[in-house]
Amino acid sequence: MTRTEPMLRIKDLHAKVEGKEILRGIDLEVGAGEAHAIMGPNGSGKSTLAQVLAGRETFEVTKGEVLYQGKNLLALSPEERAVAGIFMAFQYPVEIPGVGNLYFLRTALNALRKRRGEEELDAMDFLALAKEKMKLVAMDQSFTGRSVNEGFSGGEKKRNEIFQMAVLDPKLAILDETDSGLDIDALRTVANGVNGLRRKDRAMIVITHYQRLLEYIVPDRVHVISNGRIVKSGGRELALELEQKGYAQFEAASRPGRAGGEAAR
Amino acid sequence: MTDFARGLRESFARLGEPPGRVRRLGLLRQAAFARFAELGLPTVKDEQWKYTSLAPLAQIPFARPEAEATSSPVTLGQLDVLAGGPPGDGAVRLVFLDGRYKPELSSRAESAGGAFIGSLAAAMAERPELVDRELARHADDQHDALTALNTAFVEDGAFIYLPAGAELQGPIHLLFLSTAPAKPALSQPRNLILLGERSRATVVETYAGLSDEVYFTNAVTEVVLGESSHLDHYKLQEEGARAFHVALTQVRHGRHSRFTSHSVALGAALARNEVRTLLASEGSECTLNGLYMATGKQHLDNRTLIDHQGPRCTSRELYKGVLDGQSRGVFSGRVLVRHDAQKTDASQTNKNLLLSDEALVDTKPQLEIFADDVKCAHGAAVGQLDEDALFYLRSRGIGQDAAKSLLTYAFASEMVNLIPLAPLRTRVRELVTSRLPEWEKLKEVA
Repeated sequence: MTRTEPMLRIKDLHAKVEGKEILRGIDLEVGAGEAHAIMGPNGSGKSTLAQVLAGRETFEVTKGEVLYQGKNLLALSPEERAVAGIFMAFQYPVEIPGVGNLYFLRTALNALRKRRGEEELDAMDFLALAKEKMKLVAMDQSFTGRSVNEGFSGGEKKRNEIFQMAVLDPKLAILDETDSGLDIDALRTVANGVNGLRRKDRAMIVITHYQRLLEYIVPDRVHVISNGRIVKSGGRELALELEQKGYAQFEAASRPGRAGGEAAR
Repeated sequence: MTDFARGLRESFARLGEPPGRVRRLGLLRQAAFARFAELGLPTVKDEQWKYTSLAPLAQIPFARPEAEATSSPVTLGQLDVLAGGPPGDGAVRLVFLDGRYKPELSSRAESAGGAFIGSLAAAMAERPELVDRELARHADDQHDALTALNTAFVEDGAFIYLPAGAELQGPIHLLFLSTAPAKPALSQPRNLILLGERSRATVVETYAGLSDEVYFTNAVTEVVLGESSHLDHYKLQEEGARAFHVALTQVRHGRHSRFTSHSVALGAALARNEVRTLLASEGSECTLNGLYMATGKQHLDNRTLIDHQGPRCTSRELYKGVLDGQSRGVFSGRVLVRHDAQKTDASQTNKNLLLSDEALVDTKPQLEIFADDVKCAHGAAVGQLDEDALFYLRSRGIGQDAAKSLLTYAFASEMVNLIPLAPLRTRVRELVTSRLPEWEKLKEVA
């Protein structure tokens, strides 16, 4: 059997912000249909990785490469990445007063469709699509009339992210601490929504601090990130091990200036 | 006498006899011109003009436009565009070209029950006692040079008088259009709005240029609100790209009266809009809303004074500015709470969005309180587009320019949506969005 090119291949990725190196040599491969969890303590670089993949210009990539569907992802602007099928669910979704939630999403969807050479959806067709996808995360009609994330509770914001993901239909979804700030009911709703979006042709990267989320979104692979490197990779059981033993064992091994932890593949 | 005043001496001499039967008018003009000659154009040494230099204007030989346009330079269709639609039922439209009333372009409803809605020149003939009672009794032509200049040339403008209890069905739209004839023209509309007890009106003043020539509009509107009367006032400034525009709206509140002002400044090379409200007796309310959007080398100055003299009055003020290119914005708002103005409730906010590194804004909110039992708040902010929001939009596939436009619109739309009068809201939205790059991709968001 020939080995197919993974959807995403990250090689020796280094990135810094304000002169400080945050990512110090990330290697990761994610194939279509797979869900990878990236776990790590605060400040380990996991959210930076998510933002670098989505194209945040605050972070400067100093070394390494990212191939998405075999092409250089780092050459694309954030909007071009969205067109190419990348979606990041934000850890802190931004409130945009004055811009209607649904109108915004329709503008985004049509921008994507247009640049992909597809026909734009009119208001009626879009509304039908939106209503269907809202069910996935149990959003009610009141969401539709409000401004983007304005006055949303923490749980509503995260549900809104997954709703956007459902409508924009990405190939690679990156969930950046989608579980943070959620109570158990909200977590379950959001996780159910995500699970409903798992597909053979879609890859997911689930970034989290806690094992809890992974009880609901069961990953194919788990990676531990510490001090800007992936220090251990394994199956689902690695998450449980982390839950019991904590991150301390990895942190010591991966401090800058020492020999890095064994970057497992 | 300054060169600027000397240059206008000929225009002043050619003014001729004042129209109508307001006897003090001749002397009033003489005194005002003398006062203007004495004061001269304000300079940046003047505290009130610290941020706005009229130096470019001082060099231009302005004259009062005399020649009447032979054919009308504007069609009714164009007027409808400027007004945001054709006049609806009960609406009144008064059109002024270069400061003079044009009945053939206007649609004037019959004034019933002693009301008068028409030109100031006509009112001087038909209702001289009313004009005499209030004209030039409110705006300060002793200290304010440009008000003195306007008073010196009083001849036409709008005159609105509603007797007690009158309520108008539709809005009164005043369109002041500049055709900029041969010489650099100085038009100086003078408006007077008198609302009797319990009467209610909506008045829109639009100032627009039909030409890209240099001209100067110097307008003064005096408003006198009777007890429990209510005026919604809108001012839309969309003058030509090379125009100068200075305007003052001076309001005197009677007991329990209400005044709402929406000032939208978009046009002109240099413009200054001033609103002064005097809350003279108890229980009145005023709301001052403003939006200014400048680009290129535009200079837009906004000045307000809310003078709380009587007790138990409420004032609300919100001005927002969007500055792009190398433009400059000014907000200078003063709220004065005098000794007897107990139980005053005042709030003032100014927010500015700078879209370019070269744009600049001076904001100066001032709160002066001499009473002890009051509730007052004020604040000012200057910021740039939120990088997080920009990235959020781009990560969803919206291009950078469109994302910037969307966030700019979101900032400005608060002021647009505060305009309850639908045709004007439509017009302002059109003007605001026409300045935003890539807007056609975003239309449906608004």
